[in-house]
Amino acid sequence: MPTTVVTMPQLGETVTEGTISLWLKKPGDAVEKYEPFVEIATDKVSAELPSPVSGTMRELVAQVGQTVLVGAPIAIIDDGAATTSVPTATQPSDIEGNDARRFSPAVRRLAREHRVDPRTLHGSGAQGRVTANDVVAAAQPKHAPEFADGQTIALTQARRLIAQRMVESKHTIPHAWTMTEIDVTDVWKLRAREKDAFERTHGVKLTLLPFFIRAVAAALTRFPLMNALFTESGIRLNQDVNISVVVGLDGNLLLPVIRNADKLRVAELALATAALAEKARNGTLKADDLAGGTCTVNNTGAYGSVLSAPIIPLKQTAVVTMEAVIKRPIVRGDDDGIAVRSMMNACLSLDHRIVDGIIACSFLADIKASLETADPAGFP
Amino acid sequence: MAVTARTTVMNNVEAVRHTLHQALTNDPNTLILGEDVGARGNVFLITKGFLEEFGAARVIDTPLAEACIVGVAVGMAMEGLRPIAEIQFADFIYPAFNQIVGEAAKTRYRSNGDYTCPLVIRTPYGGGVRGALSHSVSIEALFYHVPGLKIAAPSFPADIKGLLTAAIEDPDPVLFLEHKKTYRSVKGEVPDGRYVVPLGKADVKREGEQLSVVSYGLYVHQALDAAARLAEEGISAEVIDLRSIRPMDRTTILQSVRKTHKLLIIHEDHKFGGIGAEIAAMVAEEALFELDAPIRRLCGPDVPAMGYAQTLENAFMISTERMADAMREMVRF
Repeated sequence: MPTTVVTMPQLGETVTEGTISLWLKKPGDAVEKYEPFVEIATDKVSAELPSPVSGTMRELVAQVGQTVLVGAPIAIIDDGAATTSVPTATQPSDIEGNDARRFSPAVRRLAREHRVDPRTLHGSGAQGRVTANDVVAAAQPKHAPEFADGQTIALTQARRLIAQRMVESKHTIPHAWTMTEIDVTDVWKLRAREKDAFERTHGVKLTLLPFFIRAVAAALTRFPLMNALFTESGIRLNQDVNISVVVGLDGNLLLPVIRNADKLRVAELALATAALAEKARNGTLKADDLAGGTCTVNNTGAYGSVLSAPIIPLKQTAVVTMEAVIKRPIVRGDDDGIAVRSMMNACLSLDHRIVDGIIACSFLADIKASLETADPAGFP
Repeated sequence: MAVTARTTVMNNVEAVRHTLHQALTNDPNTLILGEDVGARGNVFLITKGFLEEFGAARVIDTPLAEACIVGVAVGMAMEGLRPIAEIQFADFIYPAFNQIVGEAAKTRYRSNGDYTCPLVIRTPYGGGVRGALSHSVSIEALFYHVPGLKIAAPSFPADIKGLLTAAIEDPDPVLFLEHKKTYRSVKGEVPDGRYVVPLGKADVKREGEQLSVVSYGLYVHQALDAAARLAEEGISAEVIDLRSIRPMDRTTILQSVRKTHKLLIIHEDHKFGGIGAEIAAMVAEEALFELDAPIRRLCGPDVPAMGYAQTLENAFMISTERMADAMREMVRF
């Protein structure tokens, strides 16, 4: 009977593997095309996977809790209805050919000795193969604690990936950094005036964040190099302005994306941000929610920070932070008068391969100008 | 192993000559027999002047009859002499197969230890010298199957002296292989005076962490060149010179594999049923759970002989580049 081998899909741009969290079908069950048959969790999302064919579930190749590389087989479905599935008939041999999750004798022995699960390791060998050295390295902390007392916290999959990406970004992107000071008194007042009505109407709190995102998105349309990607073949300008918003969770860091943020008004941005944050907390973000960000906004001020030097997310050119709003006496106007104003720092880390100081500073100045001349027409 | 303070730089052919001369000088029971070893002084001039110095009873020109050379030598050895027989080129050894395998190797066993056969059979082997079908062959795999026969194949001057001395002093037959391409291309320091390298002991010529390369003969030198080149890429390969093919130094090979978890075997002789097959099987039996990659063999092709045409010879011989490529692939695996 013709069969279809279902492989682990790529659930996000930088996702390399997924963990089977729940089988919705067992062997022998009928499966409709597009019917979800398995739940898969990655470090960033959980997703139900629709069946590519109608038929009968024949074999669950991967176990619940097992982490499987993208492209590796997870299930085999008897494609009963189809009589034309010539290509799929040869696919079971892929199971034999897929080496990435087959471990060498040395890896198996070392994993047993060191009590390391090789399936949780990221292979440094060819095609991501887990090598004997990977196992030894993973076992290292247990034998050589870096400090005499205290505990070692095992790396979760999410933490390990965050670490890898941070290192990769810092290693490959020459970070430059700059900061500006923004007088947000007017927009702060606008927010204070509107927030109760806004919450009644929309059911979400009105913060300064959507105003800031709007200013950043608008600036990106005027400075396309800030909305770009460095590749060896050239600087790729992104057509869309998709803002990644940093959401910090317990031990994890997520960057859900507001698509075409430059086309959205403040109220829409507020709703989109709240919806994404809610999904992040519930663990219901889908791959699409996380993919395609072109520039990142981080509300570090929410925790009282007044200055930060963020690491640029991979595949982006810049990350902008909004720091805490602080009332300070400011000298302003032509008469050198001193006034108490609500001041906020905005910090920018940028990929110096793509942009230089002139563009970066002009970009920040553009954001500053947008916020200092808060446009009531842009709201709600 | 004797430690001597003084050394002399010589090439491989000089090391053979020096060691034979020392043996003939020190032990009156030693003698040399073979084709052109006397008046001609050997085709590589290894024994030039020996006839005049030691006389026709100890430096014997034989007919072109290899069965006779080894057969006569077996008789001499059983009766207490220490013959060093020469087969002019390894390609000519086949007529003596019966005398080597059927007689020499079995003498001790057949006589229940009453007789031994302290015989050395030296012969130049190996290709890469435009030697074509009759002057290029590697013969070790034809003989290493035979219990009772020891085989040495050193390729550094000091090892040649140490192992040839050990072979001459050994109470049992030893087939002593000299790669002819290394005769004049390889130079090194050789200890003066008595110097012995025990049979059956390999030598780590270069220490490394990521890959064990086991070879012998000419290819040890190329493997060392490849390893040095790869070191510049940050790749650390260990190179083991087998030196003796039988007894095989399992300990050194296994120790290395336990460290690097990867094994590459390189030899000039044909791949099928070659020395590499035995090493691979031995490691699979003894150290399977140390292996982090499939064992790989880089060997001569399974064709009947090395062609004379340069293209055919190049196709048979393994270049240093091919060795480096294989080593790199295995480290990255």
